[in-house]
Amino acid sequence: MADRPVILQIKQVVKNFGNVYAVNGVNLNIHEGEFFALLGPSGCGKTTLLRMLAGFEFPSEGSIKIDGKETRDIPPNQRPVNMVFQSYAVFPHMTVFDNVAYGLKVAKTPREEVKKRVQDALALVKLDGYDLRKPDQLSGGQRQRVALARALVKRPRVLLLDEPLSALDAKLREAMQLELVKLQKAVGITFVIVTHDQDEALSMADRIAVMENGVVRQVAPPGELYESPNCRFVADFIGRMNLFSGIVEGQEDGSKLVVSTELLGKLTIPHIEKLSGKLHLAVRPEKLRISSEILPSAHFSFPGEVDAVVYHGSESHVYLKTDAGPLLCATLTNLSRSSVRPEKGERLWIGWAPEDTLVLSE
Amino acid sequence: MDYWRKSPKVFWSFGIPPTIWLFAFFLAPLFLVWGLSFGEKQGIVEVAITGTLENYSRAVQPLYLQIFLKSFWYAGLTTFFCLVISFPVALAITFAPERWKPILLLLVILPFWTNLLIRTYALIAVLRTNGYLNDLLELIWLSADSGLRILGLGDWDLFGERFNRFELLYNNFAVVYGLVYVHLPFMVLPLYAALDRMDRSYIEASLDLGAGQWRTFRSVIVPLAFPGIISGVIITFIPALGSYLTPDLLGGTDSQMIANVIERQFKSANDWPFGAALSFLLMYLTFFALAVRALLTRHNGKGLT
Repeated sequence: MADRPVILQIKQVVKNFGNVYAVNGVNLNIHEGEFFALLGPSGCGKTTLLRMLAGFEFPSEGSIKIDGKETRDIPPNQRPVNMVFQSYAVFPHMTVFDNVAYGLKVAKTPREEVKKRVQDALALVKLDGYDLRKPDQLSGGQRQRVALARALVKRPRVLLLDEPLSALDAKLREAMQLELVKLQKAVGITFVIVTHDQDEALSMADRIAVMENGVVRQVAPPGELYESPNCRFVADFIGRMNLFSGIVEGQEDGSKLVVSTELLGKLTIPHIEKLSGKLHLAVRPEKLRISSEILPSAHFSFPGEVDAVVYHGSESHVYLKTDAGPLLCATLTNLSRSSVRPEKGERLWIGWAPEDTLVLSE
Repeated sequence: MDYWRKSPKVFWSFGIPPTIWLFAFFLAPLFLVWGLSFGEKQGIVEVAITGTLENYSRAVQPLYLQIFLKSFWYAGLTTFFCLVISFPVALAITFAPERWKPILLLLVILPFWTNLLIRTYALIAVLRTNGYLNDLLELIWLSADSGLRILGLGDWDLFGERFNRFELLYNNFAVVYGLVYVHLPFMVLPLYAALDRMDRSYIEASLDLGAGQWRTFRSVIVPLAFPGIISGVIITFIPALGSYLTPDLLGGTDSQMIANVIERQFKSANDWPFGAALSFLLMYLTFFALAVRALLTRHNGKGLT
């Protein structure tokens, strides 16, 4: 993606409402044809940023360029972007056809072309034959497709989606995730989606920007974001994580870091970068192993007692209280129907391979 | 909401007094008037209920039909001007900063706290020949005239030799003006209610799809506010149609509305049966207007929030 031209250039963008900084110095380059996600907890500024791209809010500072063109003075109705609203905002007094045709009619597109493009757009979102329905005769998922078709029919340079799947139930949401990705590849339009749902972002986006308190914490493809988060916030926000803090004791062989943790003692972790002072160590639950015996010597291994086992269907989360103190969570895949899961109170060993340890700065 | 079934005593003790009140002071007198409308005058005060339809046939004579028609015309004009003036006002309040809204709404409602008679007399003070509006216009005329004199154009009398005060009162203009003034809040409030609960993202979606402000107003805001418009039109039109005080105080000899005629039947003409027939005719027409509203909102209001 990086070799494609930049279509959206967000530079030092700040948006404040009085003393409240919703967006505080964001820099992003989004490339043509990319499926880009803005991910973060509610109130992190992701929606404000999206609304600035659409033109409903104006940046207090900084610049947003679309196709290299500064957008500061361009009102929303003249920007080459279209938006799918969280509430869909499908006009209730118009039929499906009129909803989708609205943007074309406004642009004085010839009647025949309007008809053709609306039909194509409806076919694209699999709503052929629904032309004459009114929105109140549609399900939530169908209304959302109307909103999608209405935005796509304008052939925008960038399609903005504000939490598009949050109002759908779980099954439909999963199906729509897949469909959105297919649709995006089919039309080749740049998608920028705002979501607070990490699954949604991980499963759909080419790249994700994780935001916190108006600041972008990390921009990376899903895999990198999950396996190599660059800070404690991202590590904790994406997926589950076992976290502990420590202090750097020293370096070994130039490629190993000796960290002393408060409760788990000294840990030697492969890490090339030179670090000192306080830091965080993290390890994903699925990288933890539990065993009735001590783990092989290459692993960190701690004895402890099972505190709780939470069943999730495809997997179970085992919470193990180590004798040293910390509560660690390990994920066990329920590989067979007769998989035996540990029981509360059972004494076990828990550990992980040193190279699966993540080293995070404050 | 069927909790009252569990404590019927409470329900009835709350329900019966207002029911009795309604019967005694609304339905019973209304029924009496209805009965009177089928009666004949038999003396100065006696009326015999004979079941005659003569009062109604008199009421639809051209003379009275014309007044009905005129009342409709005035009420219609009033409703139209109220709508045209109120829509921008309601829009402005909707989009005003949150902390201003209560104050702006208060300003709209404020006239209700003053007696209608006093408000009407205040209007007379403004509109009469030597009233404030004419004073203001004269002031403007005088300064314009002296401006011309300074420029040396005084002898030409470009604005006329002297200021002629306008006759603004006691004509049809004054009646409609007064009716618009009195009924504005009735229109602003339902419009505001409809606009305020409208999801802003409809407007944003329209802008996002390339529509300008005017197109958005026409194609999105007005249709979505339609139930509010209908409510506003009805609750402006009905009281305007039955207006009595405003045409009485502000109107001239030719600007009486149907309520003035009805009043005369009950008072100076002392013809209660005919007055009753006129009243009921007015009421039937009002019911008709309400039925039209019900039809319109059922047709258009579906799916609107």
